[in-house]
Amino acid sequence: MSSDNQHVTTAQTKTREARMGEGVDDRFNSRLREVLGSMPFILTKFDKFMNWVRGSSMFVLQFGIACCSIEMIHTYAVKHDLDRFGSGIPRASPRQADLIIVPGTIVSKFAPRMKRVYDQMPEPKFVVGMGNCTAAGGPFQEGYNVVKGAEEVIPVDIHVPGCPPRPEALIYGVVKLQERVANGESSPVVVKPYELEEFSDLPRDEVVEKLADQIDEDDLVMRYNWRNSP
Amino acid sequence: MSLEESQRGVGVTEDGDLDYDELEDLLGEKVLAREEHLNAEGFVIRPDDVQDVLSTLKERAGFDHLSLLTAQEYLDRYESIYHMKKYDDPTQEVSVVVPTDKENPVSESAEPVFRTADWHEREAYDLVGIEYEDHPDLRRILLPETWQGHPLSLDYDQDKPQIVPLREHANPLQPDHKDAESDTMFLNVGPHHPATHGVLHLETVLDGEQVVDVDPDIGYLHRCEEQMCQNGTYRHQIMPYPDRWDYVSAGLLNEWSYARTAESLADIDVPEYAQVLRTLGAELCRIASHLLALGTFALDVYGDFNVIWQYAFRDREVVLNILEDLTGQRMMFNYFRLGGVVWDIPEPREEWFEKIRDFLDELPGKLAEYHDLVTGNEIYQIRCVDTGVLEPEVAKEYGVTGPAARASGIDYDLRRDDPYGYYDELDWDVVTDDGCDNFARVMVRFKEVEESAKIISQCVDLLEDWPEDERTIQANVPRTLKPEPDTEVYEAVEAAKGELGIYIRSDGTDKPARFKIRSPCFSNLQSLPEMAEGELLADLIAALGSIDIVLGEVDR
Ligand code: SF4
Repeated sequence: MSSDNQHVTTAQTKTREARMGEGVDDRFNSRLREVLGSMPFILTKFDKFMNWVRGSSMFVLQFGIACCSIEMIHTYAVKHDLDRFGSGIPRASPRQADLIIVPGTIVSKFAPRMKRVYDQMPEPKFVVGMGNCTAAGGPFQEGYNVVKGAEEVIPVDIHVPGCPPRPEALIYGVVKLQERVANGESSPVVVKPYELEEFSDLPRDEVVEKLADQIDEDDLVMRYNWRNSP
Repeated sequence: MSLEESQRGVGVTEDGDLDYDELEDLLGEKVLAREEHLNAEGFVIRPDDVQDVLSTLKERAGFDHLSLLTAQEYLDRYESIYHMKKYDDPTQEVSVVVPTDKENPVSESAEPVFRTADWHEREAYDLVGIEYEDHPDLRRILLPETWQGHPLSLDYDQDKPQIVPLREHANPLQPDHKDAESDTMFLNVGPHHPATHGVLHLETVLDGEQVVDVDPDIGYLHRCEEQMCQNGTYRHQIMPYPDRWDYVSAGLLNEWSYARTAESLADIDVPEYAQVLRTLGAELCRIASHLLALGTFALDVYGDFNVIWQYAFRDREVVLNILEDLTGQRMMFNYFRLGGVVWDIPEPREEWFEKIRDFLDELPGKLAEYHDLVTGNEIYQIRCVDTGVLEPEVAKEYGVTGPAARASGIDYDLRRDDPYGYYDELDWDVVTDDGCDNFARVMVRFKEVEESAKIISQCVDLLEDWPEDERTIQANVPRTLKPEPDTEVYEAVEAAKGELGIYIRSDGTDKPARFKIRSPCFSNLQSLPEMAEGELLADLIAALGSIDIVLGEVDR
């Protein structure tokens, strides 16, 4: 260690002792504290601080659907390494996640499950829609079984277009979200036409009548009105 | 029957070709009529003769591979076509055509003859609406159980509302799994679970840690691929879709299945130069796909193998770069065209060849590293040797193909047995292994990576020396293709996961009337219970990883 450094360290030790008392382990002395000097308090708005914390470290839900998830994995893996931006640790449980990246085509059988997973995430939660399929159904938009975009089921904060988007594009989308969260901006909540509801709450019509003996009154169902889909 | 004839099998001439007349004699009056398909002849039979005919063809004439069941609706009838082949020689094919009545579409099930017919018939029932008598469990497979109507039937109204429930799954073995008396526990693996490689749901019943029953529940990614292809024109609109079936960068392999089928349908010849380009690209895709299979499998069997997964993705990046230079995209290449490929190698060519050579030079060292880390590792061996056993006879029953079949000692590879592209001009070997277990399946993939590297290096040499004025990348193909009405063809290629086939029936327009995909993963996944039942839960996960499915292709 050069004598110059030595000098700095001595000065730092002094400010630290003034702040924390004598004999504190060197390891507690973070860069940030040095910047703050001997001042033991910082003054900011609580919400601002919380937003900064939220935006700086996001846990992503480990959630793969279709082709886009392969590019999502490449985004996590070496070379692109999403973790450089503080949001690259996928959590296997929705209960530990702040962010869900929806990477793929959503079909009728999967949408209720996706909704359930989303509901299990604690607030505040954020959604990045990855790929054209989550934007509007993508290349499968005309399919009889395809939900025309994630926004039919859950609100989406950032859409990353592409089929599939390159890892760089996904990184841009996630970082953009982090930036917005840190600034306390959020997207307006959009109307979600497809909800999970109890079977008995559906308006009685032809389909409901037909299924009455197959589905219990209190079963949760999702009803797709394909004709009105965008 | 002479001795010689019995060795050849009934219906095979001295030159080893199929003799359909002899097959017809074998089936006798069960044959109502004969049909010409481009790939094989078809025998039209009555719906209640299915089991008889199929088992005669299987037992007496050696057609032991039920590759695909195509179901479709005509204006005046429904039709099921059983496409049969031989594992020994897949160029010997026969179709069994079973027309059924429009009002009452009931046909005998082939499940007692071929186990694989179970899922295929469920799919035919689900999407087209044909009912199979005698089927052990005829319920919907791809669409939710409460779906109304059959979407690939002619009068289906896509705008009708549908209701899909979200409810608990019942334990199939015991009425109430919460019951104090019950010994078993019901466990849902998926549809959102890291070990299922996508949106697959395994309904698993456990007794302690032992799997007593497992039923794969699929359809969480059924995105109407067949409908999309039926809505597209042959020339340009269909080719982008195959990229999205097996989406782990196996794109070119899939595109080839469509290219091969459509080229055979419209009688298009592909210039040799384009064939070499195709072969090169396809094998790069195989490497990328196998690397992903290896990486994720390592992660599945033992969490600390994370590093291997990272290595696999590091190496995949290199392959994807090379492919991106060639095609312009990292995953959804859309590079093949009917009659060739879309463009030539990027300039400067030498630089691109150099990139490939560098990759190939480094590959042996990397593979040695993988072997050090994985296959030589004791924990890994304990997890993989003698678990997930799939005997060859069982595999054939389920129509298992690809690395999964070759690891059960079945010497079956369409690149060699039903040659296409440039494969028969090159020097490479089909890899097989008699282990039948998880370990063997992974080893086969490792060795196939080496073989693919061999093929690629020969292709690079060829391309380098190719005279400049003979670099034709596309044959002359008319702008609009309208194949003769009612032409039927079924062709397959060896994709990363196995035999990927397509059946097309034309109706004289520029779009196919029926487009049916034979997905290798669909058949391979069906054999999972055979590998997993009676084993520990952890081995179920390993077996699932080792057959390397991709849900985009299972569900289509
Ligand atoms: S946007 Fe494209 S790549 Fe992504 S899931 Fe949809 S089809 Fe696949």
